[in-house]
Amino acid sequence: MKPRHQRFLWIFAGVAVLAIAGMFVLNAFQSNLVFFFTPTQVSKGEAPQGRAFRVGGMVKEGSLKKDGEKVEFVVTDTLNEIPVFFQGLLPDLFKEGKGVVAQGKLNAQNQFMAAEVLAKHDENYMPPEAKHAMDQAQAAKAAQTLKP
Amino acid sequence: MIVELGHFALILAACVALLQGVLPLAGTWGDRQRWQSLARPAATLQFLLIAASFAALANAALTNDFSVKYVANHSNSLLPAAYQLASVWGGHEGSLLLWVLMLAGWTVAVAWFSRSLPQVMVARVIGVLGLISTGFLTFILTTSSPFERLLPAAADGRDLNPLLQDPGLVIHPPMLYMGYVGFSVAFAFAIAAMLSGRLDAAWARWSRPWTVVAWVFMTAGIGLGSWWAYYELGWGGWWFWDPVENASLMPWLFGTALIHALMVTDKRGGFKAWSVLLAIGAFSLSLLGTFLVRSGVLTSVHAFAADPKRGVFVLLFLAVVVGSSLTLFALRAPKATLGGKIGLVSRESMLLINSVLLVVATGAVLLGTVYPLVVDALNLGKLSVGAPYFNTVFVPLMVPVVFLMVPGGIAHWREARWAELSRRLRVPAIGAVLAAGLMPFVMETWSWSGLMGIALATWVVLGLLLQIVDRFQKPGRIPISFWGMHLAHLGIAVVVVGITMVKGYEVERDVRMAKGDTVSIGPYSFELGPVMEVTGPNYKAARAEVKVTKNGSTIEILHPEKRRYFSSAMPMTEAAIDSGLFRDLYVSLGEAIESDPPQWSVRVFYKPFVSWLWAGALLMVLGGILAVCDRRYRKAEK
Repeated sequence: MKPRHQRFLWIFAGVAVLAIAGMFVLNAFQSNLVFFFTPTQVSKGEAPQGRAFRVGGMVKEGSLKKDGEKVEFVVTDTLNEIPVFFQGLLPDLFKEGKGVVAQGKLNAQNQFMAAEVLAKHDENYMPPEAKHAMDQAQAAKAAQTLKP
Repeated sequence: MIVELGHFALILAACVALLQGVLPLAGTWGDRQRWQSLARPAATLQFLLIAASFAALANAALTNDFSVKYVANHSNSLLPAAYQLASVWGGHEGSLLLWVLMLAGWTVAVAWFSRSLPQVMVARVIGVLGLISTGFLTFILTTSSPFERLLPAAADGRDLNPLLQDPGLVIHPPMLYMGYVGFSVAFAFAIAAMLSGRLDAAWARWSRPWTVVAWVFMTAGIGLGSWWAYYELGWGGWWFWDPVENASLMPWLFGTALIHALMVTDKRGGFKAWSVLLAIGAFSLSLLGTFLVRSGVLTSVHAFAADPKRGVFVLLFLAVVVGSSLTLFALRAPKATLGGKIGLVSRESMLLINSVLLVVATGAVLLGTVYPLVVDALNLGKLSVGAPYFNTVFVPLMVPVVFLMVPGGIAHWREARWAELSRRLRVPAIGAVLAAGLMPFVMETWSWSGLMGIALATWVVLGLLLQIVDRFQKPGRIPISFWGMHLAHLGIAVVVVGITMVKGYEVERDVRMAKGDTVSIGPYSFELGPVMEVTGPNYKAARAEVKVTKNGSTIEILHPEKRRYFSSAMPMTEAAIDSGLFRDLYVSLGEAIESDPPQWSVRVFYKPFVSWLWAGALLMVLGGILAVCDRRYRKAEK
């Protein structure tokens, strides 16, 4: 084999390896995207079954029930709500009436089984996703009252 | 009054920075010696002015001057003095002031330690640094001045975020900033080399020690940040693939590739264009990191600003820096020669493969970090990229990098012979297989990834021992930088062991406990004692007593706390850790559960080898320091 051919072969091999690595990266990327849905979107059935996603809004006042490490609460965007089940320690700043974001999956009964309840760093801080959910609900309400 | 003087000093500093950026650079055209010679005094003056400005702000924080808005927002009269000082960089405005202070410091250091360099080169390097400084000073003065007054003055400050009230956090930001800003020196050298039209090996030789120092600071900063997250956040995690962590990891990866590419440029004259690209990339990623952390596009403990003007400014600045330096590169790089032929199996080829892999890994991290922001900015929905993505992508890319460290160190420059190389790699290879093979017998459980981690670490350690033995058989004095390199590589092996063991064998227990209850992990058992109320300088806390016993004998009494800070009423988990060489025992106190008898939720971790993560980072830092202490750099300075 001539040196020129050999060099060509190596470049070809290099490009092939990079292409495979790229495919692999994009594939991992695709399967690990976690989308966010508001409680309204979930109740409309827009959220996927069997795939992890995030839901956010306010923890409904008086909805928190604890049984040992098992926790149950309701996330609301003031328009619709969704029950959330979680097992483990809640973050320091988790409170009724405050913003929350949870990540997990829907089960067959349309209950949200959270794998993670996200901790936030500041008592006055509203998670941007939760704020987004509340804003969407407010906008939807406003649109409804405008309709005759 | 002092505060106004500080503000004034900062305005003067911006004027000086502009002069420092324009005159020496203009002087290099048409060879005006006088203009060029302005570079050094301008750099010194600028540093003094910014230092005065910084001192003015620090003084305001230490004397509780709550008529300054920034101090009122980030400090408190009850705060211990060390944290009052730390509050100077605990917020957006002050941290930017620290940024420019460090930039000015690096510039002065370049001015002082580069007596042996040609004046034209010094003028160009300091000029480029002056332009960067002008950009940042304009940013501070127009959008984020820390010297704004508050009328009427606040009675007391709002306090520093309790999470930041920690000794680790007093030094973590300055360290990381030294690293971020330090890459600007490598960048300035690369730009200066391109401006001169001579992309030879000289600039690489000059910028090598600077790049290594910046990398050392960056390594220390990342290590400290990870350590802080581990003991302060109370979840026992040490790396979360949080966008802010990624923002510091990306320039570190580029910086690592840059150090190695610069070595090839310096020693062999190869990789010239590649080194320049890496230098541009490392600094651009530092700027991107500053943008991500400081613009408020991310919301975390690090993101202070919520003013869109600021984000736009940094983004524009980034675009100007990347755009102009890449244009310059496109004009000048074709002139750079390849620097001799490289064999397919040679030290160069393996260094090249590794730097490409590091760049690809950076790209993958960048994709995962920036994609959600872009999608959100374009209003296409809200999403996040989970940690599993980073793990599945990053680990397979890093495995070959660590693997190639050994043949890369052993192979000859230019062309290595397969037969000889494979003969010499036999010892580390057999050792690695043996070590991995022993794992299932020593440990109760095992996994393929665990075996691979142990094999890799053994491979690296045996490989570097082999190189050290070889070196002793050769004549001549062994330079300090040789030890520096191997110490840093040993650090990598130690980190690999730490990650492998923690990932494979950590145990977590979340339990409810009343006084006298016990939870056990392996031979260790944890007994909850009384929970008492204690008062700190600016908080009240519930403090538990947890007795840890191993096979019946007491080894430690741990005191995890749940703190409530007066100023913000914010609860904080203060974990208690019994740290050891081979394992950490970690207890954090959750919330009180109202029942009879009263119970507490408690989280207990067993973390094998977790301290190796930071020990490895420390070894890399020490290795970097040794490499810089080498005689040839001291000679070059004279």
